Amino acid sequence: MTMKLRRRDALLLAGGTLVTSRGARAEAKYGPGASDTEIKIGNTMPYSGNASAYGVVGRAQAAYFRMVNEQGGVNGRKINFLSLDDGYSPPKTVELVRQLVERDQVLLLFSTLGTACNTAIHKYVNQKKVPHILIASGASKWGNPKQFPWSMGWQPDYHTEGLIYAKHALATVKDPKIGILRQNDDMGVDYLDGFMEGLKAGLGKDYEKSVVAAVTYEVTDPTVDSQVLQLKNSGANVFYNVTTPKFAAQAIKKSAEIGWKPAQYLVNVSASIGAVIRPAGFENSQGIITAAYLKDITDPRWHGAPDYLEWKAWMEKWNPTANLIESANVSGYIGAIVMTRILKNCGDDLTRENVMHQTASMKDWEVPMLLPGIKANTSPTDYFPLQSVNLARIDGEHWTLFGDLMTAGS
Amino acid sequence: MAAITNSWATRRGIGALAILFWLAMAALPLLGKIYPSESFDYYMFMGQSMMVYAIAVLGLNLLTGFNGQISLGHGAFFALGAYVTAILMNDGNWPYWTTLPVVAIVCFGAGFLFGFPALKLESHYLALATFTLAIAVPQILKHKAIAGWTGGVAGLVLEKPDAPFGLPLSPDQWLFYFCLIVAMVLFWAAFNMLRGRSGRAMMAIRDHGMAAGTMGIDTSLYKTITFGISALYTGLAGALSAITVAYVAPDSFALPLSIAFLVGLVVGGISSLSGCLIGGIFLVLVQNWSQSLSDWMKSTFDLRYDVPSWAIYGVLLLLLMYVMPTGVAGGCGRLYRFITQRRAR
Amino acid sequence: MEFLLQQIASGLTSGAIYACVALGLVMIYVSTDHINFAQGEMAMFATYIAWALIQAGIPYWIAFGLTILIAFTGGLLIQRFILKPLEHAPVLALVVCFIALLSIFNAIAGMLWSYTVKQFPSPFPIGDPTGHGLISYHQIGVVAVTAIMLGVLTIFFRFTTLGLAMRAAAQNPASARLMGVRVSWMLALGWGLAAAIGSVAGMMVAPIVFLDPNMMTGILIYGFAGALVGGIGNPGGAVVGGFVVGVLENLVGTYLIGNELKLTFALIIVVGVLILKPAGLFGRVNVKRV
Repeated sequence: MTMKLRRRDALLLAGGTLVTSRGARAEAKYGPGASDTEIKIGNTMPYSGNASAYGVVGRAQAAYFRMVNEQGGVNGRKINFLSLDDGYSPPKTVELVRQLVERDQVLLLFSTLGTACNTAIHKYVNQKKVPHILIASGASKWGNPKQFPWSMGWQPDYHTEGLIYAKHALATVKDPKIGILRQNDDMGVDYLDGFMEGLKAGLGKDYEKSVVAAVTYEVTDPTVDSQVLQLKNSGANVFYNVTTPKFAAQAIKKSAEIGWKPAQYLVNVSASIGAVIRPAGFENSQGIITAAYLKDITDPRWHGAPDYLEWKAWMEKWNPTANLIESANVSGYIGAIVMTRILKNCGDDLTRENVMHQTASMKDWEVPMLLPGIKANTSPTDYFPLQSVNLARIDGEHWTLFGDLMTAGS
Repeated sequence: MAAITNSWATRRGIGALAILFWLAMAALPLLGKIYPSESFDYYMFMGQSMMVYAIAVLGLNLLTGFNGQISLGHGAFFALGAYVTAILMNDGNWPYWTTLPVVAIVCFGAGFLFGFPALKLESHYLALATFTLAIAVPQILKHKAIAGWTGGVAGLVLEKPDAPFGLPLSPDQWLFYFCLIVAMVLFWAAFNMLRGRSGRAMMAIRDHGMAAGTMGIDTSLYKTITFGISALYTGLAGALSAITVAYVAPDSFALPLSIAFLVGLVVGGISSLSGCLIGGIFLVLVQNWSQSLSDWMKSTFDLRYDVPSWAIYGVLLLLLMYVMPTGVAGGCGRLYRFITQRRAR
Repeated sequence: MEFLLQQIASGLTSGAIYACVALGLVMIYVSTDHINFAQGEMAMFATYIAWALIQAGIPYWIAFGLTILIAFTGGLLIQRFILKPLEHAPVLALVVCFIALLSIFNAIAGMLWSYTVKQFPSPFPIGDPTGHGLISYHQIGVVAVTAIMLGVLTIFFRFTTLGLAMRAAAQNPASARLMGVRVSWMLALGWGLAAAIGSVAGMMVAPIVFLDPNMMTGILIYGFAGALVGGIGNPGGAVVGGFVVGVLENLVGTYLIGNELKLTFALIIVVGVLILKPAGLFGRVNVKRV
């Protein structure tokens, strides 16, 4: 394995020198932050504060770029990944992003995390015309190329996901009475809107009556026990669980404890076996449904797949301090892979315009660790790279896929 | 302690120093004209943030430092000011600067009203009551009943103003001046208030409430009004923050903000005006410092783990408190007296 | 009716947790006259130590005892080495130190054990005695542990020389010193005990809320409120206060105002109580000498 990598390095390096000696670099075009030797990429992450669990994503990305650099960089240029801690506070994000764009002169912003934090810089980066890509938030507002041509998300958006759950619930549960537990924030609202849209499409104008209870919680709440009791008491037979990992685990455990067994839909944000299902208890989680787009790393079924093995080898070599059961390491890894690929495609034209152009021309990109059949596609009018998900159900100790790939349209 | 701080607030000669300081501040944006650079606007923005925090810390200082009422909830008034500005700009299409008087009135009213229950509560109990405020306000802002105005969880995105009258300034340079003017007016007003009769009354209540009462000071009135003025200052800081950041959201005003004000206050110097400025600067810079220190440690000692920047922040705070338990301003004051007394001997 | 009982039972469980945390706060208050904002993070850190011990294969109750010992020593050392130099610093400087400790513990726990939630075992049997999910054995266990701790503390402070000496050291350091009490060590002892209580609270909380570095942030707010509403100098009052806050929060959220504002509303009620009874429900009003 290592031998092979080294040979590829040598080839890459040789290629790099060849190009330079021919003088092709003379034609290279550079925007801010790019040069013959370096490409500067900016990023903000909540390494501290309430959302610090997501910091794993940033560490994985940094580890990946470290590997790229040691293997010779992208087209001979090293990636300088500037990842700063915004503590999930929007004003801090604004300050840091301005630092990255104006002082550090980054070529682009990559995988900035959090809906509110990205909303705070949305207008600014579009005025400044800085690529703001592979945003680490599933809000649907990142797919609006007409108004905001410089911002693009990555993962399947929450809205579509919610819609898919609603459709599935209506199709499979007889006389559905729905109970919703949702985090009182932007993510929760997006998931709720999509779900309601799905209900409306299926039930007509009386769709709101099918929701018998909708309760919220705050991230500062110690437990959601009281809310789960309220949902059970409402007589709901469908449980739409829109929570972040810790609360998801609490809700699953509590509903099993009180003997409430509805059809349960758990949002993808919390669909990690290692961080949610295992702590909540497998015996409490049987039959829970989610919409997946990544391979679940704790699922033995994928443990023979080449992309899993490659990921695992990478984790052990380049990200050894990280936890092997945290799926955030996969999100960070594939984000960095796509970023590297975009930069590679930019060739020697490292201008902001070209970065955006390349980002908006993904054609059936196959990305490691995505579920079979899911490919990334974008165009200047389609800013949603991943749009397909596959429903999956907890069966034993892992997610079992069922049905076909689903998109918003189907 | 009271003696130290009184002399800081009222010592002769400090006026000249202050004027020099503000003049230097006013000259700063012009540097950008002499040495134009892409990153200049970013530094201007940092300067705005520092002034915003300095004003907020000043508000807290008036209450805690000069009047002895502790507050762990000034983030609430900051949020109130920010949202009043944002809603007026967004729904009412008011020009940004016209919102400031409204913010002043609303926040003074809110603070004054909150001052009444605060009268009944002392030290830890007041800390809890204000803590409640800090927790309640972001949740109320999200509530569906008022989401039509506040934008709910998504918040409000605002327009960043340009320089008026065709002045040859970038928006950030102009906003720097705007914040500077507001800060100057507010610091000047605070200076005058503290120097005069009402300031002495405020501090007398802090030092010995009962004795102040027997001297004929209406302690309840002074305490509630101080609460109002304190909220007014912090609210105006919030308004400036909304204008400069051009975005408000409930997430921006969570509990850590209120805690940050308290840290800024203590680090800068309790009951010291210059300390408020130091506190504001500290709050903006400290995170960047701890982050760069963390990066430096990682690369120098070749560590496997990232040293978490918040641990470094904590250690920095502890060290600061060891060296200067009365804050940077208090510490400098002590140093200054130490030197002058030695010379006198 | 069953639903109401369930909400009350669930409130009592949360209440027991708040009461545990409140006891730790009271402990430090009684022995040092300060409110320790880092109490929650100290408890969280101790719980991680317990988790690591259990992962290493040590049986639960031995790990439980070891953790209490480690926490006690840790608390003692924090007072001796970190806070001792600041004994005469202004109160607000100490508050900032507590905030500093809070961020250090949180950040280090995150670095060592990551922010992913972890399952923490409960020493009590699984399931519930009523048979229909009213209250689980763990919930009953938490309430019992709280009651035991309260009993032990009350006896300690009322009837032992050491307990009396600690109270004396906090209330009137100068006189206590004249009576031969080693005041500075009493403070350290108070910190040690508070940390030990915190570690028990953490180990009781973790099976319910799951172990993560931010586990105690929300709980500390409620514990703080519970301690104050019961009277910050009174362990029994703090426990009652914790239970009151826990039940109140659930009932308010379910029947009155909805979950969005339940914390706000519960806290407003607490503040209201304090305005009527400024020393808390069971606190004694301090008579000041002028």
